Amino acid sequence: MARRLLGKKIGMAQVFVDDRAVGATVIETRPCTVVQIKTKDKDGYDALQLGYGEVKETKVSRPLAGHFKKAGVAPHRHLFEIRVDNVDAYKIGDAIGVGIFAEGEEVDVSGLSRGLGFQGVVKRYNFSGGPASHGSKFHRRPGSIGCHVEPGRVIKGKKMPGHMGNRRVTVRGLRVLKVDAERNLLILKGSTPGARGSLLELGKRHG
Amino acid sequence: MDDILRAVEQEYLKERDAFRPGDIVRIHERISEGAKERIQVFEGIVLKRSGGSTREMVIVRKISSGIGVEKTYPIHSPKIEKIELVKERGARQSRPYYLRDLRKIR
Repeated sequence: MARRLLGKKIGMAQVFVDDRAVGATVIETRPCTVVQIKTKDKDGYDALQLGYGEVKETKVSRPLAGHFKKAGVAPHRHLFEIRVDNVDAYKIGDAIGVGIFAEGEEVDVSGLSRGLGFQGVVKRYNFSGGPASHGSKFHRRPGSIGCHVEPGRVIKGKKMPGHMGNRRVTVRGLRVLKVDAERNLLILKGSTPGARGSLLELGKRHG
Repeated sequence: MDDILRAVEQEYLKERDAFRPGDIVRIHERISEGAKERIQVFEGIVLKRSGGSTREMVIVRKISSGIGVEKTYPIHSPKIEKIELVKERGARQSRPYYLRDLRKIR
């Protein structure tokens, strides 16, 4: 059974679950196509290579175009591999869709968080900052970053201003509120990383 | 708002009778106390409708034993059994807050 899929974050909505209003993320998961089947004999391990998303043929590099042609499938924007229990159950060109998820189960969602640029320490690490007024000149500064002659340096990993966001973030255990196979939609309770329209990786939780 | 999001929320909308600010409505709210469930009815004048889609809210005001009481309800909540239009009264304002200052309401 396939455990992972890719999807596109459509945005957030508010729905009612058990008489309560909850924030929910709507994710579009078009079916993935099996592009290549990796086997123990040939590749050293069993896996499926899946393609996701449409892409114009002219936008694909020649080596990749050849790869898709060999499989006899249309070119896809993204390629990724998943492990399955039994690769023989699948054949090239098979489509794997939202059907692998069921209502009520929990999934992990990974994606690139929204890029926030160069941020200070208050926004980036939730430092409390100083007073805004009453003669204070210590507003949003990081404060002391170290000791004295001993150790005479700033310790590694010190939280300082810098680039924030645009990194891979995983949110674990989001409950599936609804699976809409017709429209290829997955509705999860809670929020996911990334901006609207960004690519998300969805994985079933083990156990 | 995205068409897909709108369609998703559409499925959660309840069919409610049309009512405007200034109208008098009766709200039937399901209240669960432990295992028991009962319906509480709140009748009053609509002061405001705000928000849209599943987030739409309504503020209803009534005079309860001499004291003005206002309650805010989510219009499409499954806990709201029904919203009855008692009297179409309307108001020239979309938010007839002046009703709060009137001595005699109804």
